Amino acid sequence: MKKKNLIAVIVTGVLLGFAGVFLMIKGNPGNMGFCIACFLRDIAGALKLHTAPVVQYVRPEVIGIIFGSFLISLITREFRARGGSSPLTRFFLGFMVMIGALVFLGCPLRMVLRMAAGDLNAWIGLIGFMIGVFVGTLFLRNGFSLGRTYMKNPLEGAIVPVLQIPLFIMLLVASPLLAFSEKGPGSMHADIWLALILSLAVGVIGQRSRICMAGGFRDVFMIKEFHLFWGNIAILVVALVYNLINSSFKLSLLHQPVSHSQWLWNILGLFVVGLGSVLLGGCPMRQLILSGTGNTDSAITVIGLVAGAAFAHNFGLASGGDVYEEGTSIITGGGASPAGRIAAIVCIVVMLIIGFAYSKKPKKA
Amino acid sequence: MKTVDARGLSCPEPVLLVRQAIAEGEFPFVVLVDDATPNENIRRFATNNGHKFEVVEEAGEYKFTFTK
Repeated sequence: MKKKNLIAVIVTGVLLGFAGVFLMIKGNPGNMGFCIACFLRDIAGALKLHTAPVVQYVRPEVIGIIFGSFLISLITREFRARGGSSPLTRFFLGFMVMIGALVFLGCPLRMVLRMAAGDLNAWIGLIGFMIGVFVGTLFLRNGFSLGRTYMKNPLEGAIVPVLQIPLFIMLLVASPLLAFSEKGPGSMHADIWLALILSLAVGVIGQRSRICMAGGFRDVFMIKEFHLFWGNIAILVVALVYNLINSSFKLSLLHQPVSHSQWLWNILGLFVVGLGSVLLGGCPMRQLILSGTGNTDSAITVIGLVAGAAFAHNFGLASGGDVYEEGTSIITGGGASPAGRIAAIVCIVVMLIIGFAYSKKPKKA
Repeated sequence: MKTVDARGLSCPEPVLLVRQAIAEGEFPFVVLVDDATPNENIRRFATNNGHKFEVVEEAGEYKFTFTK
């Protein structure tokens, strides 16, 4: 069983690494073949929860991951509606994780895809992510817990997965109820069916393997276990090789797609994401997968991520990619906004308060 | 017999509770979980660290008995 599970983690990583570059080649934005934060942000825009015209599109990748996980958990009888573990706190943690991700410009999955494309800003951001995960493990060592989940009516667990069906149909028929970007990252996308099929596969195998970008580092730090970490390595290696073959590898800090070079805000943004993901028990991708299995706490977290994205764009918290003077490397715009910087600091403070508030030192023997 | 009730707790809390119980050294002890993920995580943690255990599954719940 042990070996089979490890193979599943590595296969998931290989699939994500492949799909992360392949979907970019097929039309998704640069180094954004897969990005859970960016794609939830685009969905928030498509549903007109924010009005940033360049990031509005119902991403079938999100639909596929949730629905793939839903289908496989029904087949394996792992689908169990459960919830009630501090849902409101989880909502706000998800909300803040999204703000951190939009200050950096990507979730942990996109961080690895950017690293694999030679974006040194993502390698710098990795420092913040690792420190955030490490601080999260300190809280876990001190008995941090958001409390138990309890069984719920199966319908409760099926709401978010089943809602993916009308959302997909609306995308397919290009419903006028949705907003679609005409320019910018939101206008760049792979074929709907191609993206759906690949992400269904990610949802299915990701549910089986339990892959988690934050869990990989967390388990190494806490129990010196590399099981999930091999998934992260597989994504990096496969995407790196694919980028080299595709000539989409460019080692630099500047002129990277949908990326800024303000090292401090890349670090602090991903610190928020790392810490929040450990407190939530999983990265944004893991939250999608868990919501497909009937976990309503994860569903609430996903709704928090969407709300955070809408808030970030409505109130100018999201960073912008570096803008250059034409033909030069002189940066004339982009980067973390003043409001985004304040928000990142506030998120760190609030997360630390949550970390202490829910910690209860285990009794000594 | 001491029972560690880890039902409804999200990962990695069940594994941490098992690790704490092992450190306390009060064998045998029972651990209860109710989800496939902590079931796998506890098995992997215990196997990798050479701890003896038996596990029984009943109606979606897993009962681990750890012995010295």
